[in-house]
Amino acid sequence: MRVLNYLFGSQQPTSREVAKSRLQLVLVHDRVDLSPQKMQMLKDELISTISKYVEIDAAGMQVTLTQNGRQCRLTADIPILSARPKR
Amino acid sequence: MGATVITITSGKGGVGKTTATANLSAALAMRGKRVVAIDADIGLRNLDVVMGLENRIVYDLVNVVEGACRLRQALIKDKRIENLYMIPAAQSRDKSAIRPQDMIDVCDQLRPEFDFILIDSPAGIEQGFRNAIAPADRICIITTPEVSAVRDADRVVGLVEAEGKGPTSLILNRLRPQMVQRGDMLDTADVLDVLAIELLGIVPEDETIIVSTNRGIPVVMENKSRAAQAFCNIAARLLGENVPIMELEEPSPSWLGKIASWVHRK
Repeated sequence: MRVLNYLFGSQQPTSREVAKSRLQLVLVHDRVDLSPQKMQMLKDELISTISKYVEIDAAGMQVTLTQNGRQCRLTADIPILSARPKR
Repeated sequence: MGATVITITSGKGGVGKTTATANLSAALAMRGKRVVAIDADIGLRNLDVVMGLENRIVYDLVNVVEGACRLRQALIKDKRIENLYMIPAAQSRDKSAIRPQDMIDVCDQLRPEFDFILIDSPAGIEQGFRNAIAPADRICIITTPEVSAVRDADRVVGLVEAEGKGPTSLILNRLRPQMVQRGDMLDTADVLDVLAIELLGIVPEDETIIVSTNRGIPVVMENKSRAAQAFCNIAARLLGENVPIMELEEPSPSWLGKIASWVHRK
């Protein structure tokens, strides 16, 4: 099956790869006890707080939990829209 | 010098805690160490049948803790290997019959007489698990390469860390190299990547485990199967020896596989 996938250029990930990425995602949330719903709330609050100071591109914002060894990290990547000239 | 207390735990049930406890205890005793294996799974006693000692039980761990017998009376000597003993769990009680301090006290009494005390933890993360890790000097977490088992193992790693216990190391059990090779099973590197703990050993999936459990003879005692070799290697590492991780050699790829990897590489 994989051979056929290769021959026909399909880039379907193997079940091993799927398992690993699902595990990484679920574990990082388990470890900090932050569900996807809470993450969304956190993201919404971040948007409203930061928007008070700078204009941001909320749609392009990325808030992710990553792990480095057993250390978890919350990363927010927030594009700032070009500052409007102040009057 | 007193014994080293090693607790074998997993979170998830059915991943091989009892089999690992039986085989590592036997392998360490075969290396000339004085070993006692303790079944801490109160109410779901199983180490006795896996070790083949079920017909010799008179007293159990709860009897010892409650003072109904002396510790020595609950120690069952394995007649096949010099210096191997087992303390069975109670079958008709539950986990609340024992507290963590009881396990510490029992182990402290045993330490002067043994080189290793191996504790077979119950599944789960409740009191039985807490009892099992309380006296531990080191913890072996056992998992299989499946998402559910690895997730539970991660939870246990976190709890063990929170208790300030350790060092913690991993036994990856029931690995099937051919499934890994065709991309249908998590590999050792994948599991280590997500759990981020030290690897103590890998045990391949092996039918001889079932046969030996049927007979009540730990595999390390009777044959040279790959699983037996893997457990002997882990025992050697517990003795501080530098044994390389077993190469689970993979069959050479078929011509179709070679073409596939060549196409993939392009």
